[in-house]
Amino acid sequence: MYRYDEFDHSFVKARVDQFTDQVERRLAGEITEDQFRPLRLMNGVYLQLHAYMLRIAIPYGTLSPKQMRMLAHIARTYDKGYGHFTTRQNLQFNWPALSDIPAILADLASVEMHAIQTSGNCIRNVTADHFAGAAADEVADPRPASEILRQWSSVHPEFSYLPRKFKIAVTGAERDRAAIQTHDIGLHLKKNDKGELGFAVWVGGGQGRTPILAKKIRDFLPEQHLLSYVTAIVRVYNLHGRRDNKYKARIKILVHETGVDEFTRQVEAEWAALKDGELTLPESDIRAIETYFTPPALTARPEGDEAIKLARLDSRSFGEWLDQNVTTHRDPDYAAVTISLKGIGETPGDASAEQMEAVADLAETYGFNEIRVSHEQNLILPHVARADLKAVHDRLTEIGLATANSNLITDIIACPGLDYCALANARSISVAQDISNRFASLERQRDIGELKLKISGCINACGHHHVGHIGILGVEKKGAELYQVTLGGSGDENASIGEIIGRGFGPDEIGGAIETIVDTYLANRSGASEKFLDAYRRLGPAPFKEALYAGEAKAA
Amino acid sequence: MKVLTANRLTDGEAVWLAPGSVWIETLEGAEVAGDQPAEERLERFGSESFARNEVLDVNLIDVEVTSAGIRPVRMRERIRANGPTNHLDHGKQAVSAS
Repeated sequence: MYRYDEFDHSFVKARVDQFTDQVERRLAGEITEDQFRPLRLMNGVYLQLHAYMLRIAIPYGTLSPKQMRMLAHIARTYDKGYGHFTTRQNLQFNWPALSDIPAILADLASVEMHAIQTSGNCIRNVTADHFAGAAADEVADPRPASEILRQWSSVHPEFSYLPRKFKIAVTGAERDRAAIQTHDIGLHLKKNDKGELGFAVWVGGGQGRTPILAKKIRDFLPEQHLLSYVTAIVRVYNLHGRRDNKYKARIKILVHETGVDEFTRQVEAEWAALKDGELTLPESDIRAIETYFTPPALTARPEGDEAIKLARLDSRSFGEWLDQNVTTHRDPDYAAVTISLKGIGETPGDASAEQMEAVADLAETYGFNEIRVSHEQNLILPHVARADLKAVHDRLTEIGLATANSNLITDIIACPGLDYCALANARSISVAQDISNRFASLERQRDIGELKLKISGCINACGHHHVGHIGILGVEKKGAELYQVTLGGSGDENASIGEIIGRGFGPDEIGGAIETIVDTYLANRSGASEKFLDAYRRLGPAPFKEALYAGEAKAA
Repeated sequence: MKVLTANRLTDGEAVWLAPGSVWIETLEGAEVAGDQPAEERLERFGSESFARNEVLDVNLIDVEVTSAGIRPVRMRERIRANGPTNHLDHGKQAVSAS
């Protein structure tokens, strides 16, 4: 993985020193909250309902065991013994005291981490496919480009005060696991006919109160032009994006209002002036960054097949976990393991300090020191020998992290919602827990098959409800929580925005409504192989509306 | 009826204003304003306390007073007063249980 160079170290240390001084002056009453607020936000410090919250950047979701151990140490020393992994592949602590944050940032800096640009109207943490470097279907690792973008965007003087926040995601496979079409810029790394690397460039996607899918404005951008082209896009946005209305300030609105053809023309015109200038990436620099992401030397472990066959006979739970949470690796002796942070009835994305340390141990013992955070709020061990899967499974079982539900209905994305977040209108976690408990039976979940359920506690859509196969949006109506359901959303390469199915449901009704939707799917699917999303796309909303609301219409 | 609430500067702890113009860590014991002059007095103190850098996010919130005590009207404020509903061992509810 990437290692800080001298510049990175001195930059992060200087920022820790600067923010430490700012916190001290704030606590001494020398600066006001109005003066301090933009400073703390630039360093990832929010105020939530119960306490401050610190959001820590995990660039493209890649973590070392040493870093994971430090997160566990911080959780135990300064917080309440746990952390919350987010849909931006970041980690949030929900309870830090402001007075402890300088010490936390110093601890983070010691393991090459920080909280810079995890808030504010700047370019946020660049996200990438969590199976990067491991996936069998990958054309090239998306992380070198992500790292180049991270370096370029960190305290970029021109782009530190954009009209609104700006999010970039990168995938290196046709199968999009990074949800690039819901990002301000989505990059799809691929090869052309000559075998050269480049990017399909998507612009203007986003969720929030106006969900819009990104538009592809270039099918193949040679890799050396990455920074000049992205600069051209962000420059056009910085110049023309709306600053008069926060709700219309994202690039998706600009692209929509300008029209994709005219927007593309403006970007291309800007790029014509930048192309082949100082932003052109030298071949040697790209290859140098790539060396940080050189895959581990995977030794041949052909005994895996036999070991798995025996272990499967021996343990049903291992077999289920293998079927659900283990993904094909480019090396047939290896596999990528999804560690579910979605235990039945638990808070999606939460991990205790002990669990973080156990995952760090597993990564060291069996996983070539690599850990990933997925945008679906799970952890990944990207390189595990198939022969070691049973040992990994057994240890995960001991620490309560062997839930075999990856991509099933209980693998729920949920934002922190009204239990923590100052912006939320309704709880998300409680709804996730209710649904998780209702569908606890793994047999039932597996019968239902792939189903991505995503919950947001407000219209900002941190829980990605617009692209859930089933999406749930919590709102406040007359002082009470109300949950709107959308169906048919998807964040993959065939992305779609979910459609609102009808009137919302109260907190005591929403779980039952989800059961009705699932039962309707089961009754109408063409066969067990037709997934929920495919069935919805074939059937449309009618049978689901009928099942949910027909009784009301008759009664009325 | 209203009470004044905020978060403490140093650690972000949710606090409510009690009689005697002191910030306390529980909703129970907060001063309830029953008329406009009382509300204005609370708000004035809140602004001064904010200016003294003691608290932030100062808000006058709607409450009902029942035999069980003070109950915020909005769910948001009930969760602030009790703690997160997914972690009954965290927040004010943990303190009152121990």
